[in-house]
Amino acid sequence: MNIPRELRYTNTHEWVRVKGGVATVGITDYAQQQLSEITYVELPDLNDQVNVSDEVAFVESVKAASDVYAPVSGTIIEVNTAVADEPERINRDPYGEGWLFKIRMSDPKEIASLLDADRYEEQLPPDEEE
Amino acid sequence: MRTPLYDEHRALGARMVDFAGWEMPVQYEGILSEHARTRTACTVFDTCHMGEFELSGPTAEADLERLLTMRVGTLAVGQCRYGYLLRDDGGVLDDLTCYRFGPDRFWLIVNAGTRASDFEWIRAHVSPGTRLQDRSDELGKLDVQGPRSWWVLGEALGRPVPPLTYFRLAETEWEGHTLVISRTGYTGEWGYEVYGPAEIALALWRRLVAAGATPAGLGARDTLRLEMGYPLYGHELSVERTPVAAARGAFVDIGKEFIGGAAVRRDLERGCARYLAGLRLEGRRAARGGAVALWDGRAVGEVTSGAYAPSLGVAVALAYLDAELAREGVRLELEVGRARLTATVVSLPFWTAGTARASQPPGAIA
Repeated sequence: MNIPRELRYTNTHEWVRVKGGVATVGITDYAQQQLSEITYVELPDLNDQVNVSDEVAFVESVKAASDVYAPVSGTIIEVNTAVADEPERINRDPYGEGWLFKIRMSDPKEIASLLDADRYEEQLPPDEEE
Repeated sequence: MRTPLYDEHRALGARMVDFAGWEMPVQYEGILSEHARTRTACTVFDTCHMGEFELSGPTAEADLERLLTMRVGTLAVGQCRYGYLLRDDGGVLDDLTCYRFGPDRFWLIVNAGTRASDFEWIRAHVSPGTRLQDRSDELGKLDVQGPRSWWVLGEALGRPVPPLTYFRLAETEWEGHTLVISRTGYTGEWGYEVYGPAEIALALWRRLVAAGATPAGLGARDTLRLEMGYPLYGHELSVERTPVAAARGAFVDIGKEFIGGAAVRRDLERGCARYLAGLRLEGRRAARGGAVALWDGRAVGEVTSGAYAPSLGVAVALAYLDAELAREGVRLELEVGRARLTATVVSLPFWTAGTARASQPPGAIA
């Protein structure tokens, strides 16, 4: 299980990379493994105003589906259209080419309430299979 | 419950799920690749969880004729036929395949989830002169499916597979054991269902994998059957409807007397309120079982199975729709969460390039 140290996380399995007031968001390695092969991605619209915990994206695999929630509030300024065309990018590289959208944060203090890598790992369910 | 291959599935890294009380592999490497391998090469599925009943004796044929919807009397020795087991009211107890081994000896291949209830029903309806055995525990079953199946199974057995046309069966020897091989399956591709003693299932599985069969799980089994429009008991078929709603009059011989026949005739004459239809969606997003179909703003049906169809590149679904809308070309919407997905009624199967009925092994040089 890959949980990069430099990222922040939610307990709904989004990751957040913060740089200059912009949060890049995707789903974690754990989430993509649980979903297995992703076949469909729905992304938010540019300029959407989102609040923490809003359902802003949707990811579906052959057998399962999951909403993706906004980890922070703000404005959607960029979406990764490449994953809509080729959803397997999320399975291949969830923290890189599988990113989903970028939010210009309206309240950067919200970052403090996100989980760090250790706390995210702690709240994952115990390993059943692998 | 576990099949004889349970440890092998774990060792192969399969993700396991509960299916009708059985711990079964849903996928090994991935559903999409297992699906693709079945369409283009050869896969092997553990289907040891399914049930096999043997009926024998001078009254077996007449009993089966009355119990099943399809004609049994015209089955040749070495032939199999698909049909239904019905209640008196026409509700579907199971869908199954009947194999004929001799004038007085038959097998029924039944679903895992209905095995116990099917057996009770059949036991209560057979003549004293018919011997009924549940052989499910002593028999293992592997499905070898895909256009390369003829080569792969022959390689595994160390001899060519007997030439079998669609829905024919043969017995063959393998390492001192008798195997039953039928040219049948649940994928739409050329393939075989192979039966033998449960204790050799693991050895045969390994031999098949060594010969080039890719292990495939219930996930791919479901997307493959969905692309063919094949029903899955508990989804498209149940005691709530007669088989007329699922298949119009197919797999039913109304020229004979059988349990549930009056209800089937009634539905054929008067029509059903809803019929099963194939729906092709416009994008990759799936509508799952339970999604409501809308037409002109009103609920006109319900999805029973739906998924992204890997061979087609779009999502498809099977749904029961109001009779007047269950016809090709009708466009409607499916309510999926907050979204409404546009779908068009299309003819089945969705996947039309399947090799199941080919006259010779695909790729063979004529």
